[in-house]
Amino acid sequence: MAAGQLTLRRAALRLRERIDGPLLVTALTLAGIGLMTLYSASYDAPARVNAQIANLGIALVAMWVAARIPPEGLLRLALPAYLIGLVLLVAVALFGDVVNGARRWLHLGFARVQPSEIMKLALPLMLAWYFHRNEGVLRLRDFAVAALLLLVPVLLIARQPDLGTAALVGAAGFYVIFFAGIRWRVLATLALLGAASVLPLWGLLHEYQRRRILTLLDPTQDPLGAGYHTIQSTIAVGSGGVLGKGWLQGTQAHLEFIPERHTDFIFAVFSEEFGLLGNAVLLVLYALLVGRGLIITLRAASLFARLAAGALSLMFFTYAFVNMGMVAGILPVVGVPLPMVSYGGTALATLFVGIGILMSIHNHRRLVQT
Amino acid sequence: MSTPVAPLKDHERELREFRLRVAIAGCLVLAAFGLLFARFFQLQVLQHHSYASRAEENRIAIVPLAPNRGLILDRNGAVLARNVSGYTLEIAVARVADLERTLAELGEVVEIQPRDRSRFRKLLAETRNAESLPIRTRLTDEEVARFAANRYRFPGVEIKARLFRQYPHGDTASHVIGYIGRVSARDQERFEESRVEANYRGTDFIGKAGVEASYEAELHGTTGFEQVEIDAAGRGIRTLSRTPSHPGNNITLTIDIRLQEVAERLFGERRGALVALEPASGAVLALVSRPGLDPNLFVEGIDAASWSALNNSPDRPLNNRAIAGLYPPGSTFKPFMALAALELGKRTPRSAIQDPGYFLFGERRFRDSKPGGHGYVDLYKSIVASSDTFYYQLANDLGIDAIARFMDRFGFGARTGIDLEGEAAGVLPSPEWKLKRFRQPEQQKWYPGETISIGIGQGYNAYTPAQLGLAVATLANDGVMLRPRLVERIENQRTGERRALEPQLIRKILLRAENVEFVKRAMAGVNREGTGARAFAGVPYTSAGKTGTAQVIGIGQHERYDERRVAERLRDHSLFIAFAPVERPRIALAALVENGGFGARAAAPLARAVLDYYLLGKVPEVQPRKPAAEPELEEEGD
Repeated sequence: MAAGQLTLRRAALRLRERIDGPLLVTALTLAGIGLMTLYSASYDAPARVNAQIANLGIALVAMWVAARIPPEGLLRLALPAYLIGLVLLVAVALFGDVVNGARRWLHLGFARVQPSEIMKLALPLMLAWYFHRNEGVLRLRDFAVAALLLLVPVLLIARQPDLGTAALVGAAGFYVIFFAGIRWRVLATLALLGAASVLPLWGLLHEYQRRRILTLLDPTQDPLGAGYHTIQSTIAVGSGGVLGKGWLQGTQAHLEFIPERHTDFIFAVFSEEFGLLGNAVLLVLYALLVGRGLIITLRAASLFARLAAGALSLMFFTYAFVNMGMVAGILPVVGVPLPMVSYGGTALATLFVGIGILMSIHNHRRLVQT
Repeated sequence: MSTPVAPLKDHERELREFRLRVAIAGCLVLAAFGLLFARFFQLQVLQHHSYASRAEENRIAIVPLAPNRGLILDRNGAVLARNVSGYTLEIAVARVADLERTLAELGEVVEIQPRDRSRFRKLLAETRNAESLPIRTRLTDEEVARFAANRYRFPGVEIKARLFRQYPHGDTASHVIGYIGRVSARDQERFEESRVEANYRGTDFIGKAGVEASYEAELHGTTGFEQVEIDAAGRGIRTLSRTPSHPGNNITLTIDIRLQEVAERLFGERRGALVALEPASGAVLALVSRPGLDPNLFVEGIDAASWSALNNSPDRPLNNRAIAGLYPPGSTFKPFMALAALELGKRTPRSAIQDPGYFLFGERRFRDSKPGGHGYVDLYKSIVASSDTFYYQLANDLGIDAIARFMDRFGFGARTGIDLEGEAAGVLPSPEWKLKRFRQPEQQKWYPGETISIGIGQGYNAYTPAQLGLAVATLANDGVMLRPRLVERIENQRTGERRALEPQLIRKILLRAENVEFVKRAMAGVNREGTGARAFAGVPYTSAGKTGTAQVIGIGQHERYDERRVAERLRDHSLFIAFAPVERPRIALAALVENGGFGARAAAPLARAVLDYYLLGKVPEVQPRKPAAEPELEEEGD
């Protein structure tokens, strides 16, 4: 009896080891908020909540597995993951399925995958791997190569067209380059060049992408089309007030004024029902998640681990910021889910694998502080 | 790392720089979240009142305005598909708390049959994101008035004035016109893929078959939008702005509905198909597939009983036989075989055989349908009297590859490209086809004996009546093959602009004029002195034709086919191809009567009556013929 209890406790311990408490609690709290909001948004299709619970289960298993891979293992996985992601992106461009007018999905016989999702993690790991390999000296040339490694997948994703994901993947890669120590002078020059290339880039955008950016500046310009999302979501947020209308009481959501209320615009539902107070809680939770990630980054043992952890932490921040900014009407409407909260299994799994990687890096941190 | 001192120093410096950058990133994160919080504060505290009132009182709903569907007309302007207005009682399911109770209470105000309920449930299960679904259609004025008086009791239930599709000619030309039905989840997916989703907001119906389906993009029109202020219960208060919808285009068919009607009446209760074309333009004059179906049944969602009756009928009325039914052409294949022989130099007009009534191929005896044979048969007589023996031998001499190559040019075994969905390709037999069609090596091999019966249009030959009709039209048009088309012109209802559809050339088959003339003369001989002579007795215009009889069952080496002993559905199909006038053909057709027996008996008189009506305007007297009438056995040579 006692022996049995002991084995059970040991098993529980084994299951818990390598799992970082603060990260897990924060992520699960966010996911719980997500399920609650999803329940409110899914009055017409309650099955979605159950599906999302199943997704969460899968994501947790993925996280647990990722947490048990040591950073050296991740280092070895970085190049193959990147190459596979690249091949799939090319395949999607050639034979992908068209959904909602964009070519993003690939049929692999047994399942449909969205290769851009793989790149969200593979690109920062790849770049971290690259800088790690050239650790001794980093010349401008290395940064140029890194920029190339970044641009190829980003442009492939942008072509699908999926501007939102392209920007996010690009940002994750940029964070690696930033942490790797690119000179401030170079950064400043790039920023200037970027500002100067706004006009030529404008010509490359799809008509609907341009419209989205223009309507961001003035959503009332196009209330029937692209501006509709922004107008309705800001009404939802604004009408929530300080305390919100209460759970399941959001009229904007329940009278179907909020488009894509389960996925990209779920924050509008949350914000309408839980108000400024709820928003503050959400911001604090994301800040805790990112903060914990940055602490892990500071303690990481190798250059690879530092760069990967730093980029992943900032990636969580970027997703949250871009999504909430979009719903609140200060950023363009790009298809970006709210991390841990939006409905969707693939994105959830990606995020939790990212958390698992942070945990793995934390398990192999530097033990001696210098 | 080769020098131990410098990297260490670098490493320290790098780490310091790295920590600085992490700190900067942390500050930026906090700043960005601070910015978001400021925005939330602005929206939720400073501007809360304005947004709260916009949410609570002034909700603006975007209401799509579905366009009116274009009309379908025949070549003379007769309306084949139109819209009539009527009232429906619709339920916005999302706004009804207790659906069962609402349905029960509604039943006290307007009549709701169990059939309406089951249809409503089916719609509810099948439709995605529907705004409202009809529980009753075509309300009477009295019912409308009664509901209006009780409207306050039923939030979420509304009377709507809607347009219904109506097909005034019932089952006439039903396979050409087709029908519309409710937008299904699969249609919805297709809209999303082809990015026409927005234009189908507010549209409940879509073309499902016939021209309604193949010209959906023309008929549908452009959806408009209305900005409506609605109250907290979701009811419209006033319209703020309006972008009108534009109606779909009207489509004028090449079909002459009177000709079509005449042809369909001639079939009576019999199953079959007829395709009549204008050889010089490819215009389809009539396209018959019997039995037809009443397209009006489908408009509001067909009920289960009618559906299973149509779907399970052994006559398969849902099947468009004219473009999807596959039949061996029988002896109607012979004129094309004769032309092949002339073109390839295997026969001359003077080539002749002595026909003993059979053709011996090794051990096997291929019998002529005339016991004892036709005696002396030259190429002309081989068509006029329809000698099988002649064509057994010819097929053997030509060989399967040459036959397949020649017939391919005439469109046999290929989709004609007619503007209807669901066309079948058929089978033009060849060794290559057999290799692809079968799996087992012994089945894949082409046996020389199989070539013999190909010559008389039997064996693996399987074509649609449309293919046969196109081949005849092409022959009548001296080898110039035009794509069969059902639409004459498309008219924009708003601007009145008319767009005529041009004839489309498929190919020009290079043929020697004297060979074409010879075959045409022989086909004219069929109607004058051959197997078609009885059906074409006393015809005042010149005509060319060929009878055909297609076997449904195989007959043993030493048996004889006796129609009286064969079940009705296993009897031979009766075929006839024709064009007229011979010199300048205005119409070419292929007619097929399933299990009608000899070509000369069922299909030839039918073809004659259609030609009479088209060329002379003579309305045929139709005496109802029983499908299983006692066969007369006097006719011979199929």
